[in-house]
Amino acid sequence: MIKRRKKIIRPRLSVNIAGMELRNPVMPASGTFGYGEEYAPYLDLNSLGAIVTKGLSLHPKAGNRTPRICETVSGMLNAIGLQNVGVDVFIKHKMPFLEQFDTPVIVNFFGNTQDEYAAVAERLDAISGVRALEMNISCPNVKHGGIVFGTDPKAISSVVRQVRKKTSKPLIVKLTPNVTDIQVTAKAAEDAGADALSLINTLTGMSVDVKTRRPRLANTIGGLSGPAIRPIAVRLVHQVVQAVSIPVIGIGGITRAMDALEFLIVGAKAVQVGTANFVDPHAMATILNELEDFCLAEGIDDINDLIGSLEV
Amino acid sequence: MKNHKTIVLSNQEISPGYYRMRILAPDYNKLARPGQFVMFRVQRSLPPLLRRPFGIFRVGFMPADCDTMPPKEFIEIIYKVVGSGTEIMQGLHYGDPVELLGPLGQGFEFGEADEEKILVGGGIGLVPLYMLAEKMIDHSKVRLLMGGRTRDDIITVTEFERLGVETYVSTEDGSLGEAGLVTQVLEKKLQENNQVSVYACGPMPMIEAVEKICSAHRTPLQVSLEALMACGVGACLGCVVKGAGHTQEQPSYLCTCKVGPVFHARQLAWGSDDDAAASDCGVCR
Ligand SMILES: Cc1cc2nc3c(=O)[nH]c(=O)nc-3n(C[C@H](O)[C@H](O)[C@H](O)COP(=O)(O)OP(=O)(O)OC[C@H]3O[C@@H](n4cnc5c(N)ncnc54)[C@H](O)[C@@H]3O)c2cc1C
Ligand SMILES: Cc1cc2nc3c(=O)[nH]c(=O)nc-3n(C[C@H](O)[C@H](O)[C@H](O)COP(=O)(O)O)c2cc1C
Ligand code: FES
Repeated sequence: MIKRRKKIIRPRLSVNIAGMELRNPVMPASGTFGYGEEYAPYLDLNSLGAIVTKGLSLHPKAGNRTPRICETVSGMLNAIGLQNVGVDVFIKHKMPFLEQFDTPVIVNFFGNTQDEYAAVAERLDAISGVRALEMNISCPNVKHGGIVFGTDPKAISSVVRQVRKKTSKPLIVKLTPNVTDIQVTAKAAEDAGADALSLINTLTGMSVDVKTRRPRLANTIGGLSGPAIRPIAVRLVHQVVQAVSIPVIGIGGITRAMDALEFLIVGAKAVQVGTANFVDPHAMATILNELEDFCLAEGIDDINDLIGSLEV
Repeated sequence: MKNHKTIVLSNQEISPGYYRMRILAPDYNKLARPGQFVMFRVQRSLPPLLRRPFGIFRVGFMPADCDTMPPKEFIEIIYKVVGSGTEIMQGLHYGDPVELLGPLGQGFEFGEADEEKILVGGGIGLVPLYMLAEKMIDHSKVRLLMGGRTRDDIITVTEFERLGVETYVSTEDGSLGEAGLVTQVLEKKLQENNQVSVYACGPMPMIEAVEKICSAHRTPLQVSLEALMACGVGACLGCVVKGAGHTQEQPSYLCTCKVGPVFHARQLAWGSDDDAAASDCGVCR
């Protein structure tokens, strides 16, 4: 007798962001996954929705003094100082590795002047293996007294416009949460030509060693990430989704599928996983399995039916 | 390099505040090299958030629970209770679930077979030197200079002796061995004979003193360093140390987890701790 297996219809996990068809909505957050090769021994890069690289600048950057990291309650502070190999070394030495995979490569980049942003974007635009650009605007504008680009709607507007002219690839603008009204900065990025938004970058924080009375980070202040920031991130994504019509990628403290689902339900089309990779190099694989299980259990055949399904 | 979801096999206090933990670790006998480390997840749930780095003390096999099964592979780590993570660790028992990421980093290079080897260990810094001694003892004369604050900080020395390592113990308070610093013993040894290789692991002031002595005697030195780590695999760039030739204009930062934790002394920047390499970008991350 032939045994017939009950047919299980696997839920559709693919999503579309700014013209990119991603096999699923899970990707690493910039700066927590190196240039991909660091985690390749632990995780099948072909199982991810996309790969997001460490932030790149026009020239290599050495980063901050140490200590650069410290653990906090359910989170960590970092002040790495955007150490990176620079865009040219990336293209020559890191891109070939990433091109072996059948997974879209999203390159994160930044600058300290508008011209630097534009120059990096122009170089990346010429590289066929780069599927999209993610622009980190949580950087001080050295020409304007070091005010962080991402906290000033005018600066956002101007720098995003300039970068937009340099690339026809999908442009994702990554927002900082360290603002009074995120809907204003989100709108500024959308109006200046962003194809999608990602949020949140780290929240500024500080921790003190009470015995030495010194800050725990050499840089005094740092960026808070990890589960501690998740409720703030979910709230901010919720607010941004209300304010813009371009797709939003949710980031902040995701460690399990349940966390990712919160972001999807409030309207994020995809999520990025950051600090959780340090805790468990399989974190994204586990999240993907759990997402599928959740959809099966809840009778959802297409993850897109969940996106933005918040009941209020 | 792998992440093992595994279990604790045993966990015993070996000296006040120091514990020795045996963990089930398939493949480590083949893979682990002296000087490498693991990122240890002290429990499967949070907190603590981050894994803790620990040097591998030794690897081995033990009999399986029944004859038809292959022997069990394990690693041993030795840890000092200093904070939240190690406090949880001291309460772990046989069968408790933990995770091991590793073996990670670059280990020690063994040097010339016939020349004498001097190992310098300060307190818990002794840990990575045991496997090194195991590997070198058949080809070289190996001496261990072991220092600590008090006798409680002198751990596992008899195990080195059992390997055939000649050991010298010094404590700052004189409660065991010679009273004084381990570096004074090193200076004496190198005055007698500088045709040796030195391997050191311990607190930073000790390592710096060892480096001064070795460079004065032109003796090759490898050191094993500690650093705050988040990922252990070269992704977060949290664990860097200054490389040789580091200046404010031409900064050079090396990942302790990937390029280290064992470095040749010549790879690193020594002395001037001006910490002047602050980035021009103080706010962004
Ligand atoms: C390569 C390497 C090998 C090590 N081998 C050993 C060993 O064999 N035995 C041993 O007892 N210790 C070893 N250490 C130090 C050990 O990692 C710390 O003692 C431990 O992480 C402290 O954790 P905690 O939660 O108890 O302390 P807490 O102070 O509560 O930890 C808070 C945070 O600081 C980090 N941290 C605190 N102290 C250190 C330190 N000295 N080095 C690195 N990170 C630290 C922790 O990992 C954690 O992220 C090693 C460190 C490194 C980098
Ligand atoms: C060590 C570290 C380095 C980071 N580097 C970058 C970076 O280079 N560019 C960037 O846009 N964001 C960077 N981030 C921010 C993350 O991409 C992410 O937005 C943030 O950590 C929140 O997500 P999480 O809570 O899942 O970690 C970094 C975060 C960490 C922890
Ligand atoms: S610990 Fe993350 S790079 Fe070394």
